Amino acid sequence: MNTNRRHALKTGGALSLLSLVAAAGWLKPGDAAAADAWNKSAFETHSLDETMKALGGTSPVPSNDIVFFSTPDIAENGAVVPVGITSKVPQTESIAILIEKNPNMLAAVFDIPPGTDPSLTTRIKMAQTSNVYALVKANGKYYATSKEIKVTLGGCGG
Amino acid sequence: MADPMKIRANLVGDSTEVKVLMSHEMETGQRKDAQGKTIPAWFIQKVNVTHNDKVVLAAQWGPAVSKNPFVSFTFKGGARGDKVKITWVDNHDDSRTDEATVA
Repeated sequence: MNTNRRHALKTGGALSLLSLVAAAGWLKPGDAAAADAWNKSAFETHSLDETMKALGGTSPVPSNDIVFFSTPDIAENGAVVPVGITSKVPQTESIAILIEKNPNMLAAVFDIPPGTDPSLTTRIKMAQTSNVYALVKANGKYYATSKEIKVTLGGCGG
Repeated sequence: MADPMKIRANLVGDSTEVKVLMSHEMETGQRKDAQGKTIPAWFIQKVNVTHNDKVVLAAQWGPAVSKNPFVSFTFKGGARGDKVKITWVDNHDDSRTDEATVA
């Protein structure tokens, strides 16, 4: 009887330790992309809130220190939309690209180690005209800015 | 095995500018073929760029990255002759590693 109780206490203790570790961020997904497994849950989200939850963050703070460059206002081909993002937020750790109206919102997460400029370009697919978010994690906090990119399917402008 | 990546690594001032074009279908899993069957998703999930064994960029991607993905970025340091190594892994656990010399 007593030993059972002891045992229960022990396992309980171990469990809460694990959750503490998780809460402290040591087991948080999204960091160190290369070492960790692919963050499946984050790539299956459909809204900014869900994505933020899956990345282990809170609602991002709007920031003017994140700038889109070489990014069109109107993309003629939604399959290849060039996007460039520069973050001037100090201690930028990662830059993510989210597309509001895509089937899955999160497109890419780039981890920026110290020594790498927090600025990159890539190409993304867009299902339709949508807001595109640049989400920056800096010093443990999330910042975001958004830009609407119009996608013209079939050629004639819109 | 997929086609090799095209990698350019150029010294600009005291930084190295890396441009990479990967060869990959990046199938979203949303499209259907002529018979109306869904084409299964097939896309790069992880990308890792190292310079002298130090990671300079790590990424996780979803299928919303364009076919034949392109990325450019800049890191501080690097010298002519240094190697920049890029590895990708897709959702079929297929992977490819290519190397370029900083010019």
